[in-house]
Amino acid sequence: MSAPGAVLPETAAVHWRPRVDAERLRRRGRLWTATTVAHSIPFLVTAVVLLALEPLSFPVAIMAIVHAWMIPELYAARGANVLRPRRRSADGPERVAAGLLGDLVGHAAREVHGRTGVVPERGRLGIWVVGEAGALLVRPGGRRVDCWCVKADAADLPSGDRIAHLLLALREDEQGFATVANLAFSGARWRVRRRLAPAVRPALDAAAGLAR
Amino acid sequence: MARLIRMDQTGHTTLAEWTPGDPSSAEAAIAAFREELDAGYYAVVSAGEGQAEQVRELPLEADLVILRRPIAGG
Repeated sequence: MSAPGAVLPETAAVHWRPRVDAERLRRRGRLWTATTVAHSIPFLVTAVVLLALEPLSFPVAIMAIVHAWMIPELYAARGANVLRPRRRSADGPERVAAGLLGDLVGHAAREVHGRTGVVPERGRLGIWVVGEAGALLVRPGGRRVDCWCVKADAADLPSGDRIAHLLLALREDEQGFATVANLAFSGARWRVRRRLAPAVRPALDAAAGLAR
Repeated sequence: MARLIRMDQTGHTTLAEWTPGDPSSAEAAIAAFREELDAGYYAVVSAGEGQAEQVRELPLEADLVILRRPIAGG
């Protein structure tokens, strides 16, 4: 993917962050899962204790269980939001930008972009699904997804150019790209998939297929 | 003919075109290139599918040099 030794210049702006690699990603994923469990378990324990002490408190217990369910769902929704389409520019610039993006990717990725609005890209850390203001990384095996919030420092770009910015930066330095981006969610692919727009889901499915 | 393009609100703008055998067009391209780098753009050469390289000097042998804005975590 990136040239050996190439470092994304934007990493200088986040010099305090350790450079992301596969092992660090695994550790962050485990920490993310542990944090989510730690947030959810107290609500489940509350529900069990309430039912044990007073069965008539079941409405409150049910609310506690719903809370426990909602916490990972809200995290996943935040992660899926990174692929939400942004405001479109005029047709002309959108066409020009889509043409340039099409020149940068292969036929298969161009076809996926045409159907879903996002671009798949194979990296060393996994299979990326690049959108306008973020990217998903489907880790090897296809079960875990990391959602990264990252965008070009220009609000007026057409959709294709926003994706092209991220794609080029990713190709320059994949680890640097993941270091600059903010992790919005790390967890089960199925959880993120349900929160994606239906049109985008086939891109995630295809990426998971490539990651297996 | 090689091109220097900048991704912007129009999709992209061609800032310079040059041929290796034409020193005046190459000089104009180098000047445009430096001006954009000074304005905060990064220059990237796409080296085929899945490959890209940031450049700080205009590679006159490249077919296409793309200028992009910096990226940042959202």
